[in-house]
Amino acid sequence: MANWFFSILLKSTFLLLTLVSGLVWSSVVVDASEETLTEEKPVIEPEVYRREIDESKIDSENFEATVFAGLMSVEDFGVNNIIGARLAFHVSEGFFFEAGVGQTTTTKTSYERLSGSVELLTNEQRRLSYYNLSVGYNLLPGEAFLTRKLAFNTAFYLIGGIGSTTFAGDDRYTINYGFGYRFLATDWLAVHADVRNHVFDMELLGEKRSTNNIEMSLGLSIFF
Amino acid sequence: MFYQGILLFCSLLLLGFAQAQDDIPRVQVADPYLEMQTGAGSGYPVYHVVERGEWVQILKRKTEWFKVRTERGKEGWVRREQMARTLTPAGAPLQIHDVAEGDFARRRWEMGISSGDFSGATIISAWTDYSFTHNLSLELSASHILGSYSSSIMGNVSLLAHPFPEWRFSPYFALGTGVIQTTPKTALVQTRDRMNNTSHVGLGLRVYLTKRFIMRFDYKNLVIFSSQNENQEISVWQIGFSAFY
Repeated sequence: MANWFFSILLKSTFLLLTLVSGLVWSSVVVDASEETLTEEKPVIEPEVYRREIDESKIDSENFEATVFAGLMSVEDFGVNNIIGARLAFHVSEGFFFEAGVGQTTTTKTSYERLSGSVELLTNEQRRLSYYNLSVGYNLLPGEAFLTRKLAFNTAFYLIGGIGSTTFAGDDRYTINYGFGYRFLATDWLAVHADVRNHVFDMELLGEKRSTNNIEMSLGLSIFF
Repeated sequence: MFYQGILLFCSLLLLGFAQAQDDIPRVQVADPYLEMQTGAGSGYPVYHVVERGEWVQILKRKTEWFKVRTERGKEGWVRREQMARTLTPAGAPLQIHDVAEGDFARRRWEMGISSGDFSGATIISAWTDYSFTHNLSLELSASHILGSYSSSIMGNVSLLAHPFPEWRFSPYFALGTGVIQTTPKTALVQTRDRMNNTSHVGLGLRVYLTKRFIMRFDYKNLVIFSSQNENQEISVWQIGFSAFY
């Protein structure tokens, strides 16, 4: 009887010990695995977006492409429609470099019209085209107030440069200078109003002389 | 169908916008405050300030100005000096490279324009220059020569040696070859276009101005190999400006 009782007690104690030790072991294992987990992932993250900022990834808008149309007065050859394009690179808030092209077809001189039959130039020679490389300076940056709550950034700039004009069959060294007004509708879209004088020599009507050819234009530009 | 299309387009746009939002870099203000101006220029008024500890998104850059957006959606322009004192999410100062004289000697690409005298005629040139080493570079140039009797287009390839690349006034020597196409003026007796080979030796001086800008004085002794008995020898003087990268 006592033996039977002791064997039951022994067996149950053993079972209990196994159970307890199993539980303890499993809890230890769970703890250990939890510990390894917590080691990999700290409870408090200092910053989710932990990263450096690459300067070159910041979108820069220093180039400006313009298309323009207007009127160009070509000395002796009438006032005619002109179209063209410009590409500017903004170096600082003040200075910018600009490359431009333009084209117009000139009309007859008063002399040709009055005389009736005289033709000074062929149709091909009447076409005037130019290119230029210029430097501009935003002299008067400012704001234009359309309404009480609506303001736009603007700039009045001076510009000048060198280039070549192809007219009356020849390439002519040309100096250009003038001024313009830039109206920024948004950060990347602007409207331009420009007045530019193109000075080049002409020898077509006798002696060689310097001519002033004034261009007025309206342009639309995008920054990229 | 039409409205569904619009809806789909709008949702796609929103999705694209949401994704773009994640890519916008953010910085934290470390100075007592960050000044936001209404335009990208020092004259534009400061209309909003962001206090220390707040975060701003960097939207874009125009020359030395950065457009930022605050957490409350206010947008304005901040000068480079102030942006350089903000902190990245890693806690380090935002690295914005200020181009200095040291970069002049380490330049790779250089692009510029120049103008000057081509034995009485006016020359306009555009060139690009690539440096292999600190001392050697290859240059490609295109020129338009506008004279009283003719106009010419010239293309040149030159090898340039820079013995003192680290000097602010850096001299160089050039050796090169090219072609020149000459068109006589229409006012003269009609003659046909000529195409000739050229070769040149030259020397010049680069002067580092500021930021990315260089001023250049250039002299070339150009020989035009003509089909006539004598070759033409021409002195070309030019002054120009360039930018390097």
